[in-house]
Amino acid sequence: MTDTALPPKFDAESIMTEPDLTGRFGEFGGRFVPETLIPACQELDAGFRDAWTDPSFREEFATILRDYAGRPSLLTECFRLGEHLGLRVLMKREDLNHTGSHKINNVLGQAMLAKRMGKTRLVAETGAGQHGVASATAAALMGLECKVYMGEVDVERQALNVFRMRLLGAEVEAVQSGSRTLKDAVNEAMRDWVATVGNTHYCLGSVMGPHPYPWMVRQFHRVIGDEAREQCRALTGDDPDVVVACVGGGSNAIGIFSGFVDTRARLVGVEPAGGAAVARGVPGVVHGMRSYLMQDEYGQVEEAKSISAGLDYPGVGPEHSYLSSIGRAEYPNVTDDEVIEAFKLLSRIEGIIPALEPAHAIAWLVREAHTMRGQTVVLNLSGRGDKDVSQMMDVLTARGELA
Amino acid sequence: MTGRLEAHLREIRSAGRKALVPYITGGYPGWEDAIRAAAANGADAIEIGIPFSDPVMDGPVIQQASQAALESGTTPQSVLEAVPGLDVEIPLVVMTYYNLVHHDGHRRFAHRMVEAGISGCILPDLPLEESEPWTRAADHEGIETVMLAAPTAPDERLPRIAARARGFLYSVGLLGVTGERDSLAASATALAARLKAITDVPVLVGVGVSNAQQAYEVSRVADGVIQGASVVRRLVESGPDAVGDYVAEVRRAIDS
Repeated sequence: MTDTALPPKFDAESIMTEPDLTGRFGEFGGRFVPETLIPACQELDAGFRDAWTDPSFREEFATILRDYAGRPSLLTECFRLGEHLGLRVLMKREDLNHTGSHKINNVLGQAMLAKRMGKTRLVAETGAGQHGVASATAAALMGLECKVYMGEVDVERQALNVFRMRLLGAEVEAVQSGSRTLKDAVNEAMRDWVATVGNTHYCLGSVMGPHPYPWMVRQFHRVIGDEAREQCRALTGDDPDVVVACVGGGSNAIGIFSGFVDTRARLVGVEPAGGAAVARGVPGVVHGMRSYLMQDEYGQVEEAKSISAGLDYPGVGPEHSYLSSIGRAEYPNVTDDEVIEAFKLLSRIEGIIPALEPAHAIAWLVREAHTMRGQTVVLNLSGRGDKDVSQMMDVLTARGELA
Repeated sequence: MTGRLEAHLREIRSAGRKALVPYITGGYPGWEDAIRAAAANGADAIEIGIPFSDPVMDGPVIQQASQAALESGTTPQSVLEAVPGLDVEIPLVVMTYYNLVHHDGHRRFAHRMVEAGISGCILPDLPLEESEPWTRAADHEGIETVMLAAPTAPDERLPRIAARARGFLYSVGLLGVTGERDSLAASATALAARLKAITDVPVLVGVGVSNAQQAYEVSRVADGVIQGASVVRRLVESGPDAVGDYVAEVRRAIDS
């Protein structure tokens, strides 16, 4: 291959531009996968570039996001929460998308791309089940086969989503290796892909994995930030002071950050205390990427532990590591107890039951609101809480807080 | 300069023989005796697995052995420190995953291997494009980095991988992870033949070569064969003596 004339970089003028030719954001990212998968990653990179520069693909993607996923999602001003906290809160309502979370943006993009590349089957990993449900949905819509890997622990705590996936025609396999949560589901999905790479696309659910995934998944999710910026300007006449989102792998946060990274807004990604890769991790290599990673003194990957299956991940997407390393975004963490309080608060004060994942962002806002009096905050409400109500019923009953 | 592992494998080839390289999970109960038994029964070199928490290239047998080893407190250092006490003459090769090297530091990890008497290293999640920081350190310390080639590689890629291979070239037998299969995939001999046509480096086939018969079939084309899951399963089910018996059986098959 001769590449004398490189194509112009996407978003060259933005802090969140395209990664370099090795798939790096600064010193993070890359493509650390078994040799078997290298040609597939290269093919995907070329396929995505080709699609993303093709106006007909972009138009079809925009149409499907509008007519099937229900975009644009609303930006709701939360007056009572704002009054309670002493600031102005605007919630980006990704919970109102079809399938109940932001995950649908990425899977529709990847499923369209998989079809365009002649693949007939999707494999996906899932933690809370939102990405699995979204993948199964996109596969059903586009007539693709779908297999979802889910840690056995998560299969138990997210039984409803398992049923949804099966109803949608996907095969769900409970992963019994390792910690039996999200990281092991990723391992198993990669093992499947190594064996089936000819007809199968790995529909990775976050801004992680080998290049081009972190970049590609960000591009599919940047609609969140692009919409929110315009909506915020229309509503307030200005950009917000703060943009906050929860971070496991970090796809919803990357999506909303991409719309504000070049404004003056402070960017905050909230991790669970039990899975705080940026705060407690050091650079490491797993799942195809170099990024902050929670590991022991020898480099064995540690298990994440949080109330939210969707954030139970010991690593983080490489672009988050980069944004942290250059000081453009900050990554605090919150405890399970703070999350439970936030989950209850938003339900009672706004009539919105959030998923446990974005409840992390709300928990941070509640804790830090006193430092931001009078400011405007855009919070990405990445998913709805229906999937979590039975788990929370048990938690609150055990605490004696539920009649 | 040709390293000890590669020189040994080239000698075997020159003598008209085929190389047999069993894999043993370091730290699994009985692993040291299993290595001694393999060496005593005709192994030409041995791969020692240093267990990692997230072994994406391994199927259930090696995954479970790795996890058991980790749960009993195995660390990279505990495996390497036990290597001199094995007292075997044949070259030893470490197989592990890149994060353990990355975390320790490239030079330091390479140096630890040298001190332990290790000749080569295989890192299945470190492809050619990402390998430079490691190979620089490994070359400097005299550790031979075995490169993997997979059936999915286009023709133009294979010579570049072969050019970077030291010790031997690991020809991945099929699309998939380690583990035993009922029959040998056609890709096993096909890729070995493609590699033999473009390189002088010894070509050994591993992943999905599951028994003596399959090892024989592969060795008609390749310079040798790696036996992983089939060896580890015998260690797990029956202990080190069964590993010795099995290595002897495969030895007879590929020498026939």
